[in-house]
Amino acid sequence: MSEIPPDLLYSEEHEYLKPTGEEGVYQVGITDYAQGELGDIVYVELPDEGSKFARMEPFGTVEAVKAVSDLYCPVAGEVIEVNAALADDPALVNSDPYGEGWMIKLKISDESELDSLLGAAEYAAHIGESSE
Amino acid sequence: MSYVPHSPDDVRRMLDVIGVASVADLFAQIPQEYLLDRPLDLPPPLSEWETARLLMGKAAANETLICFAGGGIYDHFVPAAVDMILRRSEFYTAYTPYQPEVSQGTLQVIYEFQSLICELTGLDVANASMYDGASATAEAMLMARAVARGTRNAVAVAGSLHPHYRRVLETYNAGVGLEIRTVPFGADGRLDPDALRAAVRDDTAAVIVQSPNFFGVIEDWSAAADVAHAAGALLVAVFDPVSLALLRSPGECGADIAVGEGQGLGNAMSVGGPGLGLFACRQQFVRHMPGRIAGATVDQDGRRGFVLTLQTREQHIRREKATSNICTNHALNALAATVFLALVGKQGLRRMAEASLRGAHYAFERLTALDGIEPMFPGGPFFKEFALRTERPARELIDAARARGLLAGIALDRFQDVLPVRDGLLVAVTEKRSKEEIDLLVSALGG
Repeated sequence: MSEIPPDLLYSEEHEYLKPTGEEGVYQVGITDYAQGELGDIVYVELPDEGSKFARMEPFGTVEAVKAVSDLYCPVAGEVIEVNAALADDPALVNSDPYGEGWMIKLKISDESELDSLLGAAEYAAHIGESSE
Repeated sequence: MSYVPHSPDDVRRMLDVIGVASVADLFAQIPQEYLLDRPLDLPPPLSEWETARLLMGKAAANETLICFAGGGIYDHFVPAAVDMILRRSEFYTAYTPYQPEVSQGTLQVIYEFQSLICELTGLDVANASMYDGASATAEAMLMARAVARGTRNAVAVAGSLHPHYRRVLETYNAGVGLEIRTVPFGADGRLDPDALRAAVRDDTAAVIVQSPNFFGVIEDWSAAADVAHAAGALLVAVFDPVSLALLRSPGECGADIAVGEGQGLGNAMSVGGPGLGLFACRQQFVRHMPGRIAGATVDQDGRRGFVLTLQTREQHIRREKATSNICTNHALNALAATVFLALVGKQGLRRMAEASLRGAHYAFERLTALDGIEPMFPGGPFFKEFALRTERPARELIDAARARGLLAGIALDRFQDVLPVRDGLLVAVTEKRSKEEIDLLVSALGG
């Protein structure tokens, strides 16, 4: 059973959005379920700070031993920080996807786009697991 | 398993899906003049002996000429030991490793090959090889575009790059749609620095410069690297591996990607092919590098072994997002280059290069002293090849030399549609050319 924290928002492509406490700024990464499906992650390609992405536009790639997946930006926004620690230790995505394995901090451009995302229960249903 | 061909219905449905009217339309890229509009007209089958006699007859029609022709394929010495090792069945019958880790010998050869190419080019990583210098150059162009993640849609290409390479760039670019800006060269045959600066802007993914260039003239990669990097573009250095025994390497000059034709390393001229595409780059770009890469690792008992690594770059995993469609390499040619380099060593390659340089400069001095022959690019520094402006048409000179058993070079009139040069003779001299042979060429062209 993968971990699906109740207070986050999720995309159908297995990214999560986690509030940072700063107005309109969210931390983006991939879910515990996604890292489990990919297996050992060996590389994460992240965008430059200051890049802007539309909703569901690819912002990077995550690479496991025998698979590569695009990373989709769950809502439109500007990248204000990237997790530099992943360059040296991409396995952080496996060990702590919601914590040290975060990927980008996104300043979102349209709050209303958040409505399109899934809650924890909906995401659990999406991946075919029941929530707690 | 039975063989089930496509029915006319299947073919129709597939054509409909991709929106093409007929199968013939799929070949529309091929010029009409090369398409056969009738069935093959083949004679009846021959017995083994009849076939051998036919082929021997054709082989006997070959002329053996003393070769001063280059233009990308060079008459460098190939020691007999290269063929001895090349023809071992373990190597000779194997294809690109699709279930690679069982073929440790093949992977080790690729690994050694890559290590040698890294050492020659002064760059961090090399792949298992590509088809030839031209396709490697085109792959480098696409790689530079991928590195820029599609935000840069132009490349600046030296007008002194081999005209065949430029054609291959155009072919690869069909459907990609990069703007290819050709940068002119000056009276000394070298890239015009002002024109280069004007061609390189913030939309430029790569600057592609060959050195020695098509005319044999040594370009200034370092200056090109400065221009490229100031605009955020990559420098693709197209090199001659033998020249790197004497000249500064692409890595030292600031190149990001280095590509070249590796035929001169232990491979026969073979009427121009198969070639050997050499490809190396800086570590930071490795995930966009095309082709296969062998890596060294250890097994669960800590023993050294070899694997194909970073395969997620490749199209069998990454489909449409891969830089390249190439998952293969010229393994046998790369093996020849590996054996060759291991045999001659660092000093041997250097001596080869020095002998080529000396012979070429001696030939240049003697030939340009003749009436009716001048340097095409006065003052342009060169390594083993140089272009001459000739009063008589170059083809006439080549015919005259052929009567004396010499292949004098390449007539440049065949490139007049794509080069700002109407005629001329391109002459190459390798370490195989003796002083007597060069003197014979001088007398043939002076007569």
